[in-house]
Amino acid sequence: MSPETVAAIATMSLATIATRFAGLIVPAGFARRGRLKAAFEAMPVAVLSAIIAPTVLATGWPETAAAVITLIVAWRFPLLAVVITGVVAAAGLRALAAML
Amino acid sequence: MPNPPAGNPPHEPAVFADFRDGVVTILPAMAASTPFAFLLGALATDKGLSTLETGLMSALVFAGSAQFIVLDTWQSPAPWLLIGLVTFVVNFRHVFMSASVLRHMGAFSPGARCAALLFLADENWAFAEARAARGRLTPAYYAGLVTFFYLNWVVSAVAGAYVGRLIRDPRAYGFDFAFIAIFIGLIVGFRNRPGFAVTVIASAGAATLVHLLHPGPLSIVAGAAAGIMAAAVVADPAEAPR
Repeated sequence: MSPETVAAIATMSLATIATRFAGLIVPAGFARRGRLKAAFEAMPVAVLSAIIAPTVLATGWPETAAAVITLIVAWRFPLLAVVITGVVAAAGLRALAAML
Repeated sequence: MPNPPAGNPPHEPAVFADFRDGVVTILPAMAASTPFAFLLGALATDKGLSTLETGLMSALVFAGSAQFIVLDTWQSPAPWLLIGLVTFVVNFRHVFMSASVLRHMGAFSPGARCAALLFLADENWAFAEARAARGRLTPAYYAGLVTFFYLNWVVSAVAGAYVGRLIRDPRAYGFDFAFIAIFIGLIVGFRNRPGFAVTVIASAGAATLVHLLHPGPLSIVAGAAAGIMAAAVVADPAEAPR
């Protein structure tokens, strides 16, 4: 193992752990009501939407169309059906786009 | 919560059932992450990392997007300080994720809480939040989400270091879209929360805008921050406790 590589891996690990532990500095009982509570409750939806948005909205029409199909299925069906629909729709529509 | 039947040890069946629930829940994400872990192992080998270094990185970092971004631009000798900064920016979303999920870890001891945070990744975090929204998040369920997902990530990366070149681009088969679909399904699961639509629109809009101006991990941080602020702005500050 080269020392530079080990140092890089260690730095990556420490930087990642720092972000993972950052929530611990929020005091317990913080943000139980009002706007702060709303901000905390919005975090899952806000983070997940931000992760998928560039792929869904700014990659190409096959991804956008596959996401719309997935969204409709997600409204009614369990997650496994949603995942299968998403993968099949993305693969199929990309293949279609490659043929056009 | 109903009392367990008398005579049974009150703990063990519930702990096992929760652990098993977690394992079953994470299976689709685990299957979808496997080809990416293989690819990561192959990429690391291409960039000159030994198999041991590849395994070490996946075991100690356990954050796919950061590993891909760093390896894509890998130089030898590795500029470790720059790599640390890039990793911090790419993984900054964990700050929101840990702050949020800790609110649901009342059943965790302080040690279990720290251990859980060490293994915080997008997929197991999202499922933990979904579980907490429907009921109670237990350490056993969280351990079920993490254990095999983590081991599979490390083992598959090492395997990829040997045979990764056999795998073609997982995107060609739509594997990358499995994560998009999982996240869409989980977002929809939160649809009854107050401010849901405003949060989605602000977050997706800001993330896409930043992505178009400056592609990279900043779009996630910008989108998350915009969604959180939008939810706070539209919230009724005198809202009755739910």
